[in-house]
Amino acid sequence: MTRWTPDPTFYPSPTLAAAAPAEKLAYVAAFDRAGQQPDAIAVLDTDPDSDTYGRVVGWTELPHTGDELHHFGWNACSSALCPTAPHPHVERRYLIVPGLRSSRIHVLDTKPDPRRPELVKVIEAKELGERAGYSRPHTVHCGPDGIYVSALGGADGEEGPGGIAVLDHTTFEVRGAWEADRGPQFLAYDFWWHYTQDVLVTSEWGTPSMIEDGIVGELLLGRRYGHALHFWDLAKRRHVQRVDLGDAYQMPLELRPAHDPTRSYGFVGVVISVEDLSASIWLWHRDGDAWAVTKVIDIPAEPADADDLPELLKPFGAVPPLVTDIDLSVDDRFLHVSCWGTGELVRYDVSDPFHPVRVGSVRLGGIVNRTPHPAFPDEPLAGGPQMVEISRDGRRVYVSNSLYGAWDDQFYPDGVGAWVAKLDVDEEHGGLVPDPRFFPRGEEFRGRRVHQTRLQGGDASSDSYCFP
Amino acid sequence: MTGATWAALAGLGAFHGLNPAMGWLFAVARGLQERRRAALLAALPPIAAGHLASVAVVAALVSATRSVTAGTAVTVGGGVLLVGFGLWRLLSDRHFRWAGMRLSAAQLTAWSFLMSAAHGAGLMLLPVLLAEPAVGGGPHAGHLAAAPAGALTGLAAAAVHTGAMLGVALAVALLVYEVLGVGVLRRAWFNVDRLWAGVLVAAGVVTLLGAT
Repeated sequence: MTRWTPDPTFYPSPTLAAAAPAEKLAYVAAFDRAGQQPDAIAVLDTDPDSDTYGRVVGWTELPHTGDELHHFGWNACSSALCPTAPHPHVERRYLIVPGLRSSRIHVLDTKPDPRRPELVKVIEAKELGERAGYSRPHTVHCGPDGIYVSALGGADGEEGPGGIAVLDHTTFEVRGAWEADRGPQFLAYDFWWHYTQDVLVTSEWGTPSMIEDGIVGELLLGRRYGHALHFWDLAKRRHVQRVDLGDAYQMPLELRPAHDPTRSYGFVGVVISVEDLSASIWLWHRDGDAWAVTKVIDIPAEPADADDLPELLKPFGAVPPLVTDIDLSVDDRFLHVSCWGTGELVRYDVSDPFHPVRVGSVRLGGIVNRTPHPAFPDEPLAGGPQMVEISRDGRRVYVSNSLYGAWDDQFYPDGVGAWVAKLDVDEEHGGLVPDPRFFPRGEEFRGRRVHQTRLQGGDASSDSYCFP
Repeated sequence: MTGATWAALAGLGAFHGLNPAMGWLFAVARGLQERRRAALLAALPPIAAGHLASVAVVAALVSATRSVTAGTAVTVGGGVLLVGFGLWRLLSDRHFRWAGMRLSAAQLTAWSFLMSAAHGAGLMLLPVLLAEPAVGGGPHAGHLAAAPAGALTGLAAAAVHTGAMLGVALAVALLVYEVLGVGVLRRAWFNVDRLWAGVLVAAGVVTLLGAT
């Protein structure tokens, strides 16, 4: 699978990546909440000149049921141009697709037919457990020396610690746990790195029992979900520092470091504050020799009639924004924040990362609002903008509406549905406009819910760059 | 050593210097990270030193051994080793990670040493070194006392080789840093690994032919 010239989708720097041609296809993880039909990777046509633009044009079902596909990623990306282990002649062609509930990891080859990825390997939960000591694989990142997969749980039904497993680049075998010394880290969720600075960052959600049957009110009010970031020495694989956000700030999830490898900051979204149901965005940055976090965005809860709220929220009389995903454009200028509870996607100008400026907002769905897509005003929407993915050139933003099976059911008990929307950047005003031609939904997804989207050739949360 | 031998050693050095994986890319990254040319320039000597050490080990061993033992056995052994190593490089997709990005000069030297050793940079010089007649054809030929002289020749060979490597690496690094920009990597980064493996195999075959 080596090439004579570098994979054309690899870019040495974020500036060069931002000049990448537009994606023609998008891959979407689709799962059956009932666990009766197999989960699938749905392929969407994103070429505006195509007759099938905005439609599901490919569908690859997996061999088992009950996987609950969640996040997935590419086998290789721009980090292969990094000088510590340079090998840019590998190909970005395999999708590494974990099942969050089954702990199986699937390897799909997109090269023979990009519209019909072909399953080439299944790593069983047993192999992941025996070789790395983990279960519930979650986030996938392509490092230059292997494929890194975070996992929430321990092997054999153990609650934890969760951590990162490393897969072999070429055989996709599980090489082992990444951590040489995890220090006080126990809870896991997302991870990413400042690659050229030998720094890895991890965030915290909860152990399998804390999440798999839905959010546990007592644990939330007891401030038992994760509320810290961990900084690691990427080269030595050792824990360096734990930074606590304060136990009111429950669930710091998605990590988005600056793409510019000379910068030393990044953003993390916090789902909820137990004090006022607000959500928040924090910035991590250097503070002398140490790391520090600073809250840079607060998004308040919106008051609501208790009758309009699901059981979990009735006592509060308000809808929490529930920031469940964030995404930073490749040029590090715009941060997109999903408020899955209120059904809003907010765009901030973060040119000055310490002082974000709100520049745009789109409402779709939401626990109370059920805001319809502007092109289909008669269809109230459930769910909200959840996983958000930005094209490399920063002009197109894709959102899908499911968070996590059990949690969907709690917050949208009458059904979360399934939809993917594409938003175009308003070049003049900097805001976002839903594309009326791109709104696959409902039965197009064959009864599955839709979670994460990955763009062909890479996107704003897939690659790391070693050159500024 | 003949002029052709020195030229071959220098040519192989230039080939090694041209390979981004052998170090100039690291130097460019350093320069770009810190936004100063001095950082690029400071990274190259440790890289060259590591390469020199890796090549010198092989060169000194071969030259010293050649001076005291029957040439054919060494030549055949070396040729087989080269072909085998070349094929392994060709067929193996494994990539090792030696270190992080933030390295001291000493660590950078060690990285370069390991990178060169793993790629068989020293082995590639075998046919050139083995083509030389054994050191000291006179009355002391075959005596252990001749070994240091042989090793010295080997070290000189390694130095010439590394000089050429450093010169080419420096020129390419500066060209990319100052003129072309890293975007050129996407277009011009020919798969040197495959060529490299091919050269190793070819060197082995030449060595074996020379032994017969």
